[in-house]
Amino acid sequence: MAGKKEFLIKINLDFCKACGLCYSYCPTKAIGPDHEFRASVKDVAKCIGCLQCENYCPDFAIEIEEKK
Amino acid sequence: MFDYSKYLRMDKLPHIWCYGCGNGIILKGAVRAIDKMGWDKDSVMAVSGIGCSSRATGYVDFNSLHTLHGRAIPYATGIKMSRPDLNVIVFTGDGDATAIGGNHFIHAARRNIDLTVVLFNNNIYGMTGGQYSPTTPQGYFASTAPYGHIDPSFDIVQLAMGSGATFVARSTVANPREMEKFIHEGLKNKGFSLIEVVSNCHERFGKRNKMKSPYEMIEWIRSRAVSKVKAETMEPEELEGKIITGIFRQETRPEYVEAYDSFVMQKAGGGN
Ligand SMILES: Cc1ncc(C[n+]2csc(CCOP(=O)(O)OP(=O)(O)O)c2C)c(N)n1
Ligand code: SF4
Ligand code: SF4
Ligand code: SF4
Ligand SMILES: [Mg+2]
Repeated sequence: MAGKKEFLIKINLDFCKACGLCYSYCPTKAIGPDHEFRASVKDVAKCIGCLQCENYCPDFAIEIEEKK
Repeated sequence: MFDYSKYLRMDKLPHIWCYGCGNGIILKGAVRAIDKMGWDKDSVMAVSGIGCSSRATGYVDFNSLHTLHGRAIPYATGIKMSRPDLNVIVFTGDGDATAIGGNHFIHAARRNIDLTVVLFNNNIYGMTGGQYSPTTPQGYFASTAPYGHIDPSFDIVQLAMGSGATFVARSTVANPREMEKFIHEGLKNKGFSLIEVVSNCHERFGKRNKMKSPYEMIEWIRSRAVSKVKAETMEPEELEGKIITGIFRQETRPEYVEAYDSFVMQKAGGGN
């Protein structure tokens, strides 16, 4: 789709404590749990850059960046 | 994307808080609000007492002081009196600020000294194992209330208003952007500012009260949050157990350090 914004989802597994908040609040399920319930990217194309995950992550473990 | 590393001691992360603890959400909101002020990091002084919430000072790359349980406000008062140029922020808990430190809280508000107090209200003594605090809701369980809590709880907003604070607001971890906005407004106020943030301690409160996960607890908080505007249209019975959010007071009144300094100058100059 022309003009559609694309995002990078950066997860720092050294900081992630597998609390589940980011993927519970992700409205598009672009992210979800891995086998240890840590955050993982499921489908980056679904990310709409709403920053819900970033705002709720208590551990500075997930960042969203807009692709230039 | 916000660059938190600008304000954090990255070598101290990951922090000590439990998975999903709202304290991290509040710390992030506070850091974003401070960033909006455009202050030099060295002009900021973060002071805390003791408790899980009070550990926040250990992670911020400002001047910081982690003090005694209940005594964050006295330390902050001393700092502000001797260094009025510093922007002094207090990170405290419901136990720290309204139980052992309750007196300091009301008198600092009464004086309207220029401090911004971010009060992490998780309705419990998190750090020491889940004893009830002055804000534990009636009927809920704590390690020291195994049959349910009977005390009525403090309304921290009312306490701050009654004591004379010039900025008073309440938000929750369920609404991180609103919380950030209220902290920012509080930082702008020249006087005593109180921002209560209702938070989740699923480990020591939630697990005793049928809320195991951070998500469940944050949703419980969200389900009880009612904006001030909406609350004004509701009956008292409907508001029972609710968390009213919003800015409750934003006004100007002479600030204590300024008043003190001008009084001293007047006396030193031979005035009466
Ligand atoms: C003088 C003194 N009394 C008691 C304690 C034990 N103590 C440490 S933290 C705490 C309560 C903390 O509750 P709160 O301020 O709500 O912080 P939280 O851990 O919930 O964030 C208590 C009673 C202490 N450290 N010092
Ligand atoms: S920015 Fe929004 S859509 Fe993208 S991963 Fe985070 S919560 Fe999901
Ligand atoms: S919110 Fe943060 S800590 Fe929790 S699962 Fe997501 S990335 Fe990990
Ligand atoms: S005990 Fe409660 S307040 Fe303390 S870090 Fe754990 S969840 Fe947070
Ligand atoms: Mg507490």
